[in-house]
Amino acid sequence: MVAGEGAHDGTGTVERRLPPIAETAVLSMALIIIAGIYLASHLPQTPPLAPAVGLLVVSGALLIWNAVTLSRLRDFAWDTFRLVGRWTLLAYAIIAGLLEYVFVVDGVRGGTLVVISLSLLVYAVDIPTIIAFTVARYQPADSR
Amino acid sequence: MAEATVGSPAVAVGVPHEAPARPDFEIVPLRGLPFVGAALVGLIIAIAGNWLWALDFFHIVGGALWTAIDLFVGLVVGPILGRLSIQARVEFMKQFMPKMLLIMPTLVIMTLTSGWQLARHLSVLAAPYPQHWWVNASFIVVGVMSVIALGVLEPANVAVLFELKKPRPNGALIGTLMRRFIYTAGITGLMQVATLVIMTRIATW
Repeated sequence: MVAGEGAHDGTGTVERRLPPIAETAVLSMALIIIAGIYLASHLPQTPPLAPAVGLLVVSGALLIWNAVTLSRLRDFAWDTFRLVGRWTLLAYAIIAGLLEYVFVVDGVRGGTLVVISLSLLVYAVDIPTIIAFTVARYQPADSR
Repeated sequence: MAEATVGSPAVAVGVPHEAPARPDFEIVPLRGLPFVGAALVGLIIAIAGNWLWALDFFHIVGGALWTAIDLFVGLVVGPILGRLSIQARVEFMKQFMPKMLLIMPTLVIMTLTSGWQLARHLSVLAAPYPQHWWVNASFIVVGVMSVIALGVLEPANVAVLFELKKPRPNGALIGTLMRRFIYTAGITGLMQVATLVIMTRIATW
């Protein structure tokens, strides 16, 4: 369902090519999950942070690329994107907050906590982006 | 996390380009939100209190339901749906998918957070190698399932619901999205079998 597929013709959906926003967000999320697996496999010891930081930086760069690319989009169903994005962001912010709470309760501190927190932030933005973009791409475009 | 595991390859291929108009329905069933809220509050209380019984409860209940639903929907409900008429399939999806949008993420977060706390409590996280490879394997399985579920299944699920909301849903689009469900649901089903193997192995060290 991730992007790449051209849009569909037919009922109310305009045929148009869109940048690979969803694929990029999935890649960004996958990098965060790999970083999370790396960190989790070391806890409760303090892990070497360099690999996780590297993955986080690349993932964050993809997130920024997505934001810039999205901001340049015209002929897009922005109302639908905002509607879906708003609610999914709320849902995944709650989930990310719960995960953050667990790590804090467990006594994770310092650099490890910073990397985990930033990773959860990217994660909580990536998923709404994937879902909202995937839904909006099949909706009729509105004017911004 | 196979919230979108409805249908079969035959289903997707058979969907026509123009489906008939559908009555209105809720994409997110608001009446279910209090139950989700109650589950999350209970989970937070269990974590804050650090109660082994409560953590075990959330992990066992959440994990059992998550795994069972994935397997049941993928292997039992899916093939049945494939033999139903298109009208029946669409009616089922409209009732089924919104509920799964609430149920599956709730079960997943219940299972993962309580499982992590439980593993810490029982010193599973501190297990030496080679046992620790089983723990790492569980992280990898969950990670792969997360990418599939959050990157493919759930977006497709929501997109189908929005398409069904239209006065004249695009049957071809719904068919395309459903095909993705089917392939990815098969993968998550296999991953759930792996989860069962890993969890029973860890529980019997």
